[in-house]
Amino acid sequence: MNKILLIIKREYISRVKKKSFLIMTVLGPILFSGLFIVPIWLATRGGDEKVIQVIDESGLFAEEFVSADNMTYVYVAEDLETAKSALAVNNVFGLLYIPEMTIEAPEGVKFYSTQNPGFGLKADLEKKIRERIENIKLINSGLNQEFLDGLKSHVAIQTVNLSDSGSESESSTGAATAVGYIGAFLIYFFIFLYGAQIMRGVIEEKTNRIIEVIIASVKPFHLMMGKIIGVGGVGLTQFLLWVALSSAIVTGITAVVSSDMTPEQIEAMQQVDQLSGMPSPQQSEAQAAIENSMGALGQINIPLVLSCFVFYFLAGYLFYGALFAAIGSAVDSDADSQQFMFPVTIPLIFSVVVLSAVINDPHGSLAFWLSLVPFTSPVIMMMRIPFDVPVWQIALSMVSMIGGFIFTTWLASRIYRVGIFMHGTKVNYKTLAKWFMMKS
Amino acid sequence: MNLIDIQNISKRYGDHQALDNISFAIPDNSIFGLLGPNGAGKTTLIRIITQIIMSDQGEVLFNGVKLDPEHIRQIGYLPEERGLYKKMKVGEQLLYLAQLKGMEKREAVTKIKHWLKKLEISSWSNKAIEDLSKGMQQKIQFIATVVHEPSLIILDEPFSGFDPVNANLIKDEIFELREKGATVIFSTHRMESVEELCDDIALINHSKLVISGKKGDIKNQYRDNTFITEHIGDELRPLAGVEVLSVLKKGELVKTELKLDEGIGVNDLVTHITSQSTLVSLNEKIPSINDIFISTVNPSGHE
Repeated sequence: MNKILLIIKREYISRVKKKSFLIMTVLGPILFSGLFIVPIWLATRGGDEKVIQVIDESGLFAEEFVSADNMTYVYVAEDLETAKSALAVNNVFGLLYIPEMTIEAPEGVKFYSTQNPGFGLKADLEKKIRERIENIKLINSGLNQEFLDGLKSHVAIQTVNLSDSGSESESSTGAATAVGYIGAFLIYFFIFLYGAQIMRGVIEEKTNRIIEVIIASVKPFHLMMGKIIGVGGVGLTQFLLWVALSSAIVTGITAVVSSDMTPEQIEAMQQVDQLSGMPSPQQSEAQAAIENSMGALGQINIPLVLSCFVFYFLAGYLFYGALFAAIGSAVDSDADSQQFMFPVTIPLIFSVVVLSAVINDPHGSLAFWLSLVPFTSPVIMMMRIPFDVPVWQIALSMVSMIGGFIFTTWLASRIYRVGIFMHGTKVNYKTLAKWFMMKS
Repeated sequence: MNLIDIQNISKRYGDHQALDNISFAIPDNSIFGLLGPNGAGKTTLIRIITQIIMSDQGEVLFNGVKLDPEHIRQIGYLPEERGLYKKMKVGEQLLYLAQLKGMEKREAVTKIKHWLKKLEISSWSNKAIEDLSKGMQQKIQFIATVVHEPSLIILDEPFSGFDPVNANLIKDEIFELREKGATVIFSTHRMESVEELCDDIALINHSKLVISGKKGDIKNQYRDNTFITEHIGDELRPLAGVEVLSVLKKGELVKTELKLDEGIGVNDLVTHITSQSTLVSLNEKIPSINDIFISTVNPSGHE
């Protein structure tokens, strides 16, 4: 036991002392906070100013194009050719040309621009023209404008969760999705990043030939577990440092930004916050807005999400870590590991690919079964947790996860103990099976 | 008293019989040569003694007790394929390996300092292994093998990669360790170092034990009554019971290799030679370990 601790300590310290760890620790939060800050910044800065010239030969749209936000519409009386040739010179984004036409046959509308206008703008223009034509048609059919204005309706469904005890709570699908996504992706990255580190560590010991000296002192299983736990500790440390540094950076920057924001900008930010699922403390008028998004988050069982996150984070890492250790023991170099990496990483990548299907139906049979299979459950269950998964399902999934990593650890240790002494042998799945069956 | 008793050890790897019913003893406080060609099973046997692998059959007794994990502390092993963590510093690395053997930190630090000083490499303590030459790294590996003062030290090809100066240094250390009561198992292909260092030997070939015992006894056993004589005069006349193996003339001097039959003594030979010429020298041809190795491993001269 004492020796495992020594191994864990060495694996941990030798990695934490590396320059790359320090660099990742500093760069990580910058990238991470970038993920949160860039959308906020985009939302508050409000896009580029665009000027669009309109030539309306039909005369039907005289009042339809009203400048708003950062879109400025300018009606011009020039003919098409003049306007077209002046487009680049006038620093105008585009030219909307509506020819002489009837509402029965609204054809020939063209948009000229030096750059591709993109879907958003095109759809926007089309919608404006279509609505105007529909309105004219409706008025022509005898309806008055007042009635038309009253026709527009806005519907938003409020989703409410009924608990077993009958109490109701407002659920926030958006916030749940965001929380689930973040949890699922963190677990996915963590397993990939640190699983690969385990593998490289094992290959290093093997190619260094220090392995035989170590194994003369400790059991292969102890060395393998020491490495898995040590590397896991490094990952956990780095993760905690990231969280601490990221939130410090996000808090700092949002505090500065929010002190000179207009209410619209705060609203935009609030939406972003809801998406990111990570509220930031605000001041003054921002406070109220933030409390709203906190309210949405409040419907999610935060302690449950956090404890499940820690569980699946560790269990998923242990499950895959053992497999990565086995791969490392079987090969002589990083390059040889590809053929074995593939089947191990496929279920992991698969679980990320099906995430969107899981969000669509977080309680469907696909989501249910995938959250029970240990290969996919860390990622899939993390996605489902914010959507109120029944306790028995979580318990079942956890039991299968624990059983899963005990199994992979056992499987890996049997391959590992033989593999670490094998040099220069061509290894395929048959060889692995032979090693696995070998008596100790 | 034997430190190690190997009793009927067998080990199979799939279709390959690595060791086949091997039994021999390693006396306490000796330098023991474990010999054999490549692939004979030496490394497998060493790995069984170091408890890296388990034998299929048979047992190994350590000081009369069946080998168990407690004995790991008392064994120091320098494998043939050896390495160190490249990024770690010399001092840290030695401390880690000593602690893995079960040493207390404080004791380990003292012992490491002592050894670094003894091999005149104290100034390397804070260097990373990757900055050292191969020979320097081997000194570190040697220290790692003996720092916990094991009673059994297993050295697999310890001199490979050493320059003659360092090889001698290590040789002296090996003698000194035996003086202090340690037993050394020494596995090698270099027969001249076996001749020089070993008290006892065992020779394994094709997974089987071929020879084992005291070096002197074995040499005696392989004496075949062959003598080399030098005399001045003509070639020897034939004598019943004496087979002439080779004759070499150097001017007046005739050098003859002869094999005597059971019934004929050395005195008869001397009389025979002196009756016709002047005897200059007569020596028994004692086989070297190298001769024994080659004749045992490869009796037909090809394979």
